[in-house]
Amino acid sequence: MQAETTLNCDVLVIGGGATGAGVLFDLAQRGLRVILAEQNDVATGTSGRYHGLLHSGGRYAVRDPESARECIEENWIVRRIAPHTIEDTGGWFAAFPPDDPAYIPLWLEGCKAVGIPTEPVPLAQALREEPHLNPQAYAIYRVPDAACDSFELIHSLVEAAAALGGVTLTYHRVCAIEKHGGKVIGALLQNRRTGGYVRVHAHAIVNAAGPWAGEVAKLAGADIHMTHDRGVMVAMNVRWVNTIINRLATPDDGDILVPVGTVCVIGTTSVVVERPDDLDIPAREITQMLDAGEVMIPNFRKARALRAWAGVRPLYDPPQKRAGEAEGGVGEDGRFITRSFRALSHADVGAAGMLSIVGGKLTTYRQMAEKISDEVCAYLGVSAPCRTAQTPLPKPTWLGNGGRKLHALTHRLHQLEHAPTHNNLICECEIITRDQLETAIRASGEGVSLDDLRRDLRLGMGPCQAGFCGYRAAGVLGETAHLPPADSIAALATFIEERFRGNRPLLWGHQLRQALLDELIYRRALGVPTPQPEAHAAD
Amino acid sequence: MIEPRELPYLQETPFTADHCLKCNICTQACPVVPVTDLFPGPKTVGPQAQRFRDPDLPSPDQSVDYCSGCGICTLVCPHGVRVMEINTQAKAKLAEAKGFSLRNWILGHNAWWGVLGTPFAPLLNWAFRFKPFRWLAEKTLGISARAAFPTWAGYTFRSWWRKREKKRAQPAEDARPVVVYYHGCSTNSYEPRIGKLAVQILEHNGFRVIVPPQACCGLPLQSNGMFAEARRFARKNTSALADYARRGIPIVGTAGSCIMALKGDYEHILGLHDDDTRALAGGIYDISEFLWGLHQQGKLKTDFRPVSAFPPELRALIGDSIVPYHAPCQLKAHGMGRPALDLLDLIPELRVVEMDADCCGIAGTYGYKAEKRQIAEDVGAPLFRRIREIGARLAVCDTETCRWHIAQMSGARVVHPVELLASAYGITADERAMI
Ligand SMILES: Cc1cc2nc3c(=O)[nH]c(=O)nc-3n(C[C@H](O)[C@H](O)[C@H](O)COP(=O)(O)OP(=O)(O)OC[C@H]3O[C@@H](n4cnc5c(N)ncnc54)[C@H](O)[C@@H]3O)c2cc1C
Ligand code: SF4
Ligand code: SF4
Ligand code: SF4
Repeated sequence: MQAETTLNCDVLVIGGGATGAGVLFDLAQRGLRVILAEQNDVATGTSGRYHGLLHSGGRYAVRDPESARECIEENWIVRRIAPHTIEDTGGWFAAFPPDDPAYIPLWLEGCKAVGIPTEPVPLAQALREEPHLNPQAYAIYRVPDAACDSFELIHSLVEAAAALGGVTLTYHRVCAIEKHGGKVIGALLQNRRTGGYVRVHAHAIVNAAGPWAGEVAKLAGADIHMTHDRGVMVAMNVRWVNTIINRLATPDDGDILVPVGTVCVIGTTSVVVERPDDLDIPAREITQMLDAGEVMIPNFRKARALRAWAGVRPLYDPPQKRAGEAEGGVGEDGRFITRSFRALSHADVGAAGMLSIVGGKLTTYRQMAEKISDEVCAYLGVSAPCRTAQTPLPKPTWLGNGGRKLHALTHRLHQLEHAPTHNNLICECEIITRDQLETAIRASGEGVSLDDLRRDLRLGMGPCQAGFCGYRAAGVLGETAHLPPADSIAALATFIEERFRGNRPLLWGHQLRQALLDELIYRRALGVPTPQPEAHAAD
Repeated sequence: MIEPRELPYLQETPFTADHCLKCNICTQACPVVPVTDLFPGPKTVGPQAQRFRDPDLPSPDQSVDYCSGCGICTLVCPHGVRVMEINTQAKAKLAEAKGFSLRNWILGHNAWWGVLGTPFAPLLNWAFRFKPFRWLAEKTLGISARAAFPTWAGYTFRSWWRKREKKRAQPAEDARPVVVYYHGCSTNSYEPRIGKLAVQILEHNGFRVIVPPQACCGLPLQSNGMFAEARRFARKNTSALADYARRGIPIVGTAGSCIMALKGDYEHILGLHDDDTRALAGGIYDISEFLWGLHQQGKLKTDFRPVSAFPPELRALIGDSIVPYHAPCQLKAHGMGRPALDLLDLIPELRVVEMDADCCGIAGTYGYKAEKRQIAEDVGAPLFRRIREIGARLAVCDTETCRWHIAQMSGARVVHPVELLASAYGITADERAMI
């Protein structure tokens, strides 16, 4: 294959999730020239589909103490270095009648052992703080959980790295890894927008491809067996709670409720699937989530379910199991596999300099990045120490107005109040003004899709699911990016279809009414074409 | 799975935001939206902004304060979003965050000023028409110098009622059905004549009227964000009156917006969900609603005389014009139709015509605030223009601030429906005729 461009760097990072972005920043900070290649936009893999929880580690305290310790260590650090990505909701572990009281002392012990602070919350006070909580809760403990916006976090990392010369190539898929003399020497990337190829010469390659790590490793001739553990989440339009609620019981389906921005998200299931991109949402799993919600919040399902989505956990399934680890066969519960992470070298298959970082959590992205970067530096003979734990990340500037913070729910309302005119509001549900949209379009450069803007701004993620902002945003996109009308319409059709898809498993009650209204707007009034229904929806 | 508790959470005001489909029907209907750029509209400040309000943080959106509270949005929303109630609660939180406002405190406590001012009626009535005084009040307090203030009657309805009760020998055994009259503070201090007429109309229809102790409805406090105090007033009323409602004794009032406070706001805005509140809400009626109900059961006396037999002053005001009727928003919120219009239609020779206006603009104390005065005048402009075009010198409206505002802005005299009904029954507020 003939590459159109050739780029040189010290390290190529594959994967623009939290892990890859963390590695990009870490290595850039150590003075290396780094390129990150991401096949889609950043944060479109598992990191953009996760549950939103900056873990305290409490969830793993009993069965997976190693992961629990990593979580609590990183929890304190992320709060310090990226406060603008965090809403400090705090978290509770609460036991409800079906839960086994025998678990409580085990859990408390586990938390103590790894340094997770716990504080009992009397029921009366709990109900004052969270009036919707099931009053049959019989034990409640406070832990330092928080809600974390992964889009924001990853954008901050990419920006911070860019300031240090780190390059991020989005929509570039690594399709071949080149080796020479027992070492990796670079990779061939395909630009998915133009179809052209880019050759990257690199002294080392980091595989941070999350659930795709197995596929990427294969490009270098290595074999790592990943377990693809799919989880389904449902976002409810009502912020039932302002505190994260975890079930104080052995981890199970739908036992965490996370207030995220304007919604709260119940999750998740855990089903081992074959492919890393199997994002199916079986109806049964939605029902399971809503049932689980009812245990924590009576009447939970009476609120409008806004959107369901799935993500695939990149769990590492090592050939030699450590004690307590289980085999993760397809169709089984993947919860028995550790959430801790591993750094793997592939020198054994003649791919020295190729390192994979697998497993882990979003919460531990920085520690994962540190570990793999240490190994990269060791390989390259670089002695610069890791400083990411001490360096606060910049707030993203690409939004203008000094950046955006999510840490207070009221923030966007505040912004709107100070916007020049009210009728510049494009996305009403998520409060996005024309100004913000235009700035984001310009910052994203050529080929930006409405779905990219959705991730950047939360465009179309509110109750109307783009019903009222989709066509406006398409107009602004067309104008700002100087698109021919047909392209704006195509962008709109793709965006709307993607939104409708997330809605489809949830069509009852209010969301059904909303969907019908949206359908009328787009299909009947605007005549946006309907894509052929797929026999098997992939998302 | 556990048994779901029967909780009305999603009917509770803030949670009704979840029902919003963004259809914009409320934005189209809101009377404030078309006249000012300062107000982004009910959908934006209501269900939309609600998703971004954190109960533990101050609300950052000042613009919600431009909602007049007229309630049209709640009325028109086809999905059950209590938009106005959401706004009123948000406004209260804003007010709380901003701290004390002398102006709003004054406007909120009209119940006190009514009673306290009564002995000084001539002086106060002069002062409130004295331009330099009003100018000063606008500059220092932000109370609009253009707004129409009522005049103190110089005596209260309650004092009249007490005297009348004393003079009348009560028959030991009274077989008449009983109704409670809820007068509200405006009737008590500014327009006792409306109370006098209402009482007599009810008596004329065979009821024994009682006027138990009662408090201001608290609406002015509520709309000025003083919820704690408004709740105290509400509790006084619910504990004083709920029992009558439970015993099936109707409670009847002449102040349309005050009645609505007792019927709905206590629960949906002030968040009182107790039994007393609910009992009272189910047992209180606007007087026209009550009388029209009687008529539907064939129990209303219809010995109405025609307009030609009305007192000369009123006859002259009516002339041969039609009489414009404005159904105030707070009355529309009752969801009971237009009973006043139906009743007045029974009076021979009287041609009362509904003006089909959204709102007169004043919205309680809203139009008394200097920064909102222009909005209040612009919102009502179509109504005032229509009255002027008709050339009517008399108009009808059920709520007090609206009457004063419409009168000032249109030049017509604006009366309560009971004033026309009373004339038709031959009832006057004349002292001698009454006892
Ligand atoms: C349902 C669910 C809920 C979760 N909840 C939480 C939680 O609450 N808290 C928490 O801490 N963790 C949570 N996790 C775990 C966490 O989300 C993941 O561990 C983390 O996001 C993984 O990040 P990553 O960067 O390693 O992988 P990803 O985010 O998946 O990034 C990998 C990237 O590599 C790209 N890529 C793949 N192949 C190529 C190629 N050939 N060329 C270029 N790019 C390529 C992909 O497009 C992708 O963007 C959850 C996971 C799931 C599935
Ligand atoms: S209450 Fe009236 S002014 Fe306020 S938003 Fe609703 S319609 Fe508009
Ligand atoms: S509040 Fe009601 S009327 Fe207004 S947009 Fe929402 S659903 Fe429509
Ligand atoms: S001022 Fe009168 S008409 Fe206008 S909102 Fe109030 S009650 Fe309605």
